[in-house]
Amino acid sequence: MSELIPALSEAEIAAIDAELSHVPVPAGAAIDALKIVQAHRGWISDESLNAIAKHLGMSAAELDGIATFYTLIFRRPVGEKVILLCNSVTCWMKGCDALQQTITEQLGIGMGETTTDNKYTLLPMTCLGACDKAPVMMVGDDLHEEITAQSLQALFSNAGSGGET
Amino acid sequence: MSLDRPLTRNVRADKSPTDMAAYEANGGYQGLRAAMGKLSPGDCLQIIKDSNLRGRGGAGFPTGMKWSFVPMENVSTGHKYLICNADEMEPGAFKDRLLLECDPHQLIEGMILSAYTIQADVAYIFIRAEYLLAADLLRQAIADCHAKGYLGKNILGSDFSLEMHVHPSAGRYICGEETALISALEGKRANPRAKPPFPQVSGLWGRPTIVNNVETLCNIHHIIERGADWFQSLGLTEDAGTKMYGVSGRVKNPGCWELPIGTPIREILENYAGGMEDGYKMRGFLPGGGSTDFLVEEHLDLAMDYDTIGKAGSRMGTGTMIILDDKTCPVGFVKNLVEFFAQESCGFCTPCRDGLPWSAQVLDDLERGRGRPEDLETLARQVSFIGAMGNTHCALAPGAMEPLASGLKYFRDDFERHISEGGCSFHTGGVS
Repeated sequence: MSELIPALSEAEIAAIDAELSHVPVPAGAAIDALKIVQAHRGWISDESLNAIAKHLGMSAAELDGIATFYTLIFRRPVGEKVILLCNSVTCWMKGCDALQQTITEQLGIGMGETTTDNKYTLLPMTCLGACDKAPVMMVGDDLHEEITAQSLQALFSNAGSGGET
Repeated sequence: MSLDRPLTRNVRADKSPTDMAAYEANGGYQGLRAAMGKLSPGDCLQIIKDSNLRGRGGAGFPTGMKWSFVPMENVSTGHKYLICNADEMEPGAFKDRLLLECDPHQLIEGMILSAYTIQADVAYIFIRAEYLLAADLLRQAIADCHAKGYLGKNILGSDFSLEMHVHPSAGRYICGEETALISALEGKRANPRAKPPFPQVSGLWGRPTIVNNVETLCNIHHIIERGADWFQSLGLTEDAGTKMYGVSGRVKNPGCWELPIGTPIREILENYAGGMEDGYKMRGFLPGGGSTDFLVEEHLDLAMDYDTIGKAGSRMGTGTMIILDDKTCPVGFVKNLVEFFAQESCGFCTPCRDGLPWSAQVLDDLERGRGRPEDLETLARQVSFIGAMGNTHCALAPGAMEPLASGLKYFRDDFERHISEGGCSFHTGGVS
């Protein structure tokens, strides 16, 4: 089976097939399959997308419509850790725009960009559900609360400078 | 104490999670044990109906009535589904996170009893991907329930069986809309669906489905265990029970508290949130998250319940208030919200897909000093088109117009000054 879709590994196919038992039609596991492949590879390349679509018996265009709908499915490579900076209203009142500027100065990346050492990608995020601790952001799996320019300096002090080329 | 504040009875000062042993030591799963074999699904439904519990996700629809539309007899073979909506993404809302992270078993016990009532055999907890700790705790709690016989085949020796799964979202606010959530669970784009058919009859995979908010489901085992009269007695007004209230913005002690439903707004703001930070004055507030209308000073003595806030021209929504202070630009505040909703539109219905970016553009023009005198008329017209219920499949666009419509009403001077002075004189947030 796998030799027909070399873009997916045995492990990825096994994980996707395990999801198929929960859904009445293979396409029902589309989002799960995207998440599985992203967990293995960090993002969804065109090659991966085509292979998943083929495995689920759906068109690549339909699967891309799903992949691009969801903010946490990445159709471009991202760094080892994704920074999700909340920009919803409470964090905005508490100065998230200035904090974004601080991150940009420190890491040399704007929104949607990845550092040249591939450590961080900076993305905006809608309300993270921690408004009593605003402003907040996630770095990888960790929530950072009541962030300040100083706490950002400390957090990223070891990060190599420069995403700019 | 614990009887007055059922939802947070297991919440510790350090917010550490309550595990199975601690949950059971404090009376956990007694409601489930009491119900299994003694109460019929019909008995449970009647108790919930009599309790006057209303949906805590924001709409306030009576939970018992919602459940009563699920077909119970002559159901063709196949699944019935119960879904917990743990996709908390409303700007300003942070109440479900607390319940999920501090007391996961309370939700699961409520879900087992809810599933029993509607005779669902499969349950999902649809949780936003960023709530990683909560998802881990729920998976552990589900495993512990299987070991105890609270989940799986023949629960506590009854003929009722239930499987429960944690399903993390892949992002997008719209997934919190119940029919969009169902689309997402089916692996599709999360487009809301036209109703009817209602999910109770044709939901996930075309099968009868109930979608309830975390806080709603957390109430269920307490009500089944202690009765509808007890639940009614908790509320201070017509509404029953307690409510998770939250406050964020420039207050001294932002946070989330379980209080009797109908607690006056002023009491929440002053006694719990500690009043405004020094140097800041309150100009207005959104009572229940980003998609609710502004209220102002004159409304502070109103009771925080569904009907009172509704009569004042807003909605209690999630019960998590966002405070607009005097050093924050009301136009910028509204612009942030409208941009959020424009970004989070699923793109299916024209007024939402095309209308919201237009509103955001006009607000951006005002902030950047490009406002024209006719812009306020344009915004008012957008409110009437985009804000009207029935022009769109779901309530996202009408909700987006609530802070704009009420902002134009209460802070009209600020909007006009942006035009006459050629831009924004506030510096909070800034215009990037």
